Amino acid sequence: MKLAYWPGCVSRGFTPELHGSMALVAAKMGIELVTLDRANCSGAGVIAEHNQELADCLNARTFALAQETGLAMMNICSTCQGAQSESQQRLDADDAYRAHINDVLAEEGISYEKGKHGWTNKNFLWLLVEDYGLDKLSAMVTRPLSGLRIGPFYGCYVLRPKKRLGYDDNPDRDVYLERVITALGGEVVEYDGARRCCGFPVITMNKQTSLRQAGTHVGDAIDAGADCLVTPCPLCHLNLDMQQPEAAKIVGRDLGLAVLHLPQLVGLALGFEPKQLGMAKHIAGTSQVIERLSGAAA
Amino acid sequence: MSDFTIKVRRYQPESGDPAYYQAFDVELDPTLSVLDGLLQARDRDDGSLAVRCSCRAAICGSCGVKVNGQSTLACKTRLEDAQAIANKMAGDSLEGNAPIVIEPMGNMSVIKDLITDMESTHWEKFRRVTPWLIPDGAPPEREYIVSQEAMVDVTQAVACIQCGACVSACLSLEADPDFIGPAALAKAYRFVGDPRDGRTTERLFDLANDPHGIYDCTHCFSCVEACPKGVAPMDQIMRLRRIAGHDHEIDDLNNGRRHELAFAKNIERYGTLDESLLLQESYAPGVKAKLKPTPAAIKGLLSSLPTAVRGIRTGKMRSLKKLIPGIHPKLPGDSQKRVRAIYAHSEAHREELNLYVLGEDE
Repeated sequence: MKLAYWPGCVSRGFTPELHGSMALVAAKMGIELVTLDRANCSGAGVIAEHNQELADCLNARTFALAQETGLAMMNICSTCQGAQSESQQRLDADDAYRAHINDVLAEEGISYEKGKHGWTNKNFLWLLVEDYGLDKLSAMVTRPLSGLRIGPFYGCYVLRPKKRLGYDDNPDRDVYLERVITALGGEVVEYDGARRCCGFPVITMNKQTSLRQAGTHVGDAIDAGADCLVTPCPLCHLNLDMQQPEAAKIVGRDLGLAVLHLPQLVGLALGFEPKQLGMAKHIAGTSQVIERLSGAAA
Repeated sequence: MSDFTIKVRRYQPESGDPAYYQAFDVELDPTLSVLDGLLQARDRDDGSLAVRCSCRAAICGSCGVKVNGQSTLACKTRLEDAQAIANKMAGDSLEGNAPIVIEPMGNMSVIKDLITDMESTHWEKFRRVTPWLIPDGAPPEREYIVSQEAMVDVTQAVACIQCGACVSACLSLEADPDFIGPAALAKAYRFVGDPRDGRTTERLFDLANDPHGIYDCTHCFSCVEACPKGVAPMDQIMRLRRIAGHDHEIDDLNNGRRHELAFAKNIERYGTLDESLLLQESYAPGVKAKLKPTPAAIKGLLSSLPTAVRGIRTGKMRSLKKLIPGIHPKLPGDSQKRVRAIYAHSEAHREELNLYVLGEDE
């Protein structure tokens, strides 16, 4: 499997362990990634809030660069998926609007073509289930995550709005994390926060609202007996992991729950060591995960 | 005809008992609605089951509930669709059918069973945004003449039927009960976008500076998904932000406009995000910029320091490039020039494509 690859900004910025673990895992899984190093930020919803046409131009540019490779595109960031899907929905809806945006890209000699060779833009989670296949993934597992209790945390941008995000064709996208956890031999923990918001988008505007959300979900997962959370979104990771000590203050309780990136969880099951997967870089300690797994191996 | 089991959250405050769930078996055509199921259960099994409804056709907005956790209108949700979702959420180990769970709306107190108090949450917030037209000067002798495009622009917000499904679904409201909320803010856009209204700036200034106003929306799309009429309240909130920040240059106390401008500038300069620079400039733009940091912004910046220090300790931010704002790799080749050209064009144009008006959405 060969894919154009948009890693996003945060996976190379404040969560470098995400980009790093994805590279390891992809190689092991036999997925060849062609990094779109000229591509730009998706705008994360903020640029669309600032200027919709600007967001659509920027994302059309990324799509055009991906289409140049002749490959389907993979991202590893729910927020990129959401922001890019929003632009793609507008670009695909109206021929005149798309032509107008393509005029802006023409200077660079590129253009985004609707539905070109069935071109798709999918995050790693969707790709894992729909294209790679969970049977194939299961067969590759060398360290089953047995005994590890994992709470899924999706991030809003791969859940809503369903129509924009292709749920008409793939209605089960909101239960994929549970299926991946099961395929890797782990145990799914049900708790209230799995499909709620981490609060990150308002962290600089209303810290209370933002961290109350993160802290509540982490606390609920702990109460439900989770050893860790897993998320396909690095921005959720920032609020759930990096801000966890601050969130604990706001919700007034002790937290301390590891939050894994999706490729890290896959990587652990494929036999990589926690350190290789950058788990030492996390703010919330990952020792409980490591202990649980070494217990399972013994 | 098919058999369904609906599991309803019951609560009668006068009984003194806590809320409980009660299952009812109903027998109906699968294309009929969850509301039909509730009414059959009430008729056949328990006349005391309280549910509010009227038109049964998604017009009156009375029967807002949660079906399998999703805020919606009971009359607009088919039993077969609700069954499919209940089964999916129950997981692969399920045998037979899972019960369809029906609960009162969230973020509101419950009066009885499925009837919530719309007054204390929904209507109170609604009045907060001055939901009526305040024209400038004396009214014209006859009717107001308005261009068709101007009114088409607000049709999406006008489509609201006040059912409260978005309020029930709102995740910012869960964390901050003082948030003005999606229904009221969508209605605020309905008047901000109306060319006959004379208080546009005042409305925007008020909603941008309120700590529970337009910048308290966490961008989770829950209201967009819940709305049975395609109002997309969050999209209306984002339009309010665009108009407040750009057209009216309202430099709000919540760092909303600063954050937005800092983000946009960041990408113009580097193509990808420099988080350190974003954090700094969201609170305190450089001295050359027009915006000066407010005391609240300085407090915000200082409160981020413990997080940064922790990041340095674990190695998350060990690289100099990630630590120092403004030292960030540019895109290779002439790509950055291309991104800047896109900015030059788009900032001059600012075209908006409204899919609701286009007829792409409901």
